[in-house]
Amino acid sequence: MTIAAGLPRNASGTVLRELPHFDVERVRADFPILRQQVRGCPLVYLDNAATSQKPKAVIDAIVRYYEHDNSNIHRGVHYLSERATEEYEAARKVLQSFLGAARPAEIIFVRGATEAINLVAQTYGRTHVAAGDEVLITAMEHHSNIVPWQLLCEEKGAKLRVAPINDDGDLVLEEFEPLLGPRTKIVAVGHISNALGTVNPVATITRMAHAKKIPVLVDGAQAVPRVAVNVQELDCDFYAFSGHKAYGPTGIGVLYGKAALLEQMPPYQGGGDMISSVTFEKTIYNKVPHKFEAGTPNISGAVGLRAAIEYLDHVGMDNIAAHEHELLEYATDAISEIPGVRLVGTAKQKAGVISFVMDGVHPHDIGTILDQEGIAIRTGHHCAQPVMERFGVDATARASFGLYNTKQEIEALVRGIQKVHEVFG
Amino acid sequence: MPDLRDLYQEIILEHSKAPRNYRELKNADLKAEGYNPLCGDRFTVYLQMQGNSIHDIGFLGSGCAISKASASMMTQSLKGKTRDQAKRLFELFHETVTGRATENGNRAELGKLAVFSGVSGFPARVKCATLAWHTFQAALDGKQEASTE
Repeated sequence: MTIAAGLPRNASGTVLRELPHFDVERVRADFPILRQQVRGCPLVYLDNAATSQKPKAVIDAIVRYYEHDNSNIHRGVHYLSERATEEYEAARKVLQSFLGAARPAEIIFVRGATEAINLVAQTYGRTHVAAGDEVLITAMEHHSNIVPWQLLCEEKGAKLRVAPINDDGDLVLEEFEPLLGPRTKIVAVGHISNALGTVNPVATITRMAHAKKIPVLVDGAQAVPRVAVNVQELDCDFYAFSGHKAYGPTGIGVLYGKAALLEQMPPYQGGGDMISSVTFEKTIYNKVPHKFEAGTPNISGAVGLRAAIEYLDHVGMDNIAAHEHELLEYATDAISEIPGVRLVGTAKQKAGVISFVMDGVHPHDIGTILDQEGIAIRTGHHCAQPVMERFGVDATARASFGLYNTKQEIEALVRGIQKVHEVFG
Repeated sequence: MPDLRDLYQEIILEHSKAPRNYRELKNADLKAEGYNPLCGDRFTVYLQMQGNSIHDIGFLGSGCAISKASASMMTQSLKGKTRDQAKRLFELFHETVTGRATENGNRAELGKLAVFSGVSGFPARVKCATLAWHTFQAALDGKQEASTE
């Protein structure tokens, strides 16, 4: 695998080199888990919005770390501690470059998008949101971008406002903008909806909010594995994502925050590493980003995430986005032609997620029947119950694509859905 | 490998499409709501008691074919049963869907409910099959809510 971090980049951090021809079979060969049969059929993994599979490069990086470099960071004077610290901080730099952040200190390692959003709600939120203030989210958010704000609003006596979406699952910008009021203290919006696949115009949203001096947090859990993200181009104030949805390990993720905001925010958790001196009378906190990384962090996770990001860079985010778009179009056409099937989420800008329902068949039953064919999809409310309510369904079946999925796999999905019809008559 | 036909037996599909006792009992003595937070299935079970026996039982709600058919066939099996008989039936049913019932005696006692034995090949669906039963149990115990979690 090419180590992309060392390659020349343009101002926005994009690697300057020819994109290699995208060959899905070569990509598939990088993912050991895909070489297996499930219930006698080749595994068709279409649950990537829940979590993605890991390339060998990520698995190897974690093994290598534990076999050669494992030690605690930022404390030991010994050789291994130095090496582990270097690995951890090198990962931060790779993430900085990948997201187009201005400084490595703007990358905070967290457990995942959920922790990133809770961190902002509990630090920036608690110091800026007061009784009568408002937090603005959208009607298509994942529970992880709803509940942390609800907790904050409950504590402060603030109000959670929700910008509406239309029947296609598009955010209604004309209704969103007037909700940015004098009491709005923060906007929190998903980049790509996990339940609908909608790609939100986050740069426009940020521009609208900034015109009223309101900071914007973007939940990028579904976006980072699917589209090229540049936080400075988006100009968002915070950007959150999970490593495991971006072909990295579980238990590691990133909160990007603009340095000026991070510096004035109070710490999230107290403990080791986040301090520069402690007495029983007073503790002086460490600098950003360490102020927000209390305790021994997930070092191997950061190492694995770096490998995942370098893998994505190697394949090319533009190639991935183009490939998944092709799969999405192919699947949208094929699935909407099946009688009795209705797509939930038909936004103009969509990324590799197809939610659907079938007349007279509950999504759970669809999931079981597809599973018998070795096809993994997600069924249920996708941690987005308000979205289900908006579309008048209890649940949907959701196929979500990754860079290793193929048209043949979509054909298998379509045959599987036809089988559901056969079983249910 | 478990066979889909063991799970989606004809009678199960039929009950899921046309559930019996699918109604609210206006004069219910007991009722409870059951919810599976993982999949969003939600049922309300209504009971009208006569002394120690179930005089009438109905349910409303939404869910997958397995949960709906299970609720429907449960209401048929429970009508007229005493509390103890109902409890025994739930135990047998639970053993059956989790693949623990082996003696033929169980199967005879279960009657038509034995068709749910196919669920045992699909561990992810056990909660679907038992949701209505947990809800019934909660209603019988005077609780208002049941959850599969």
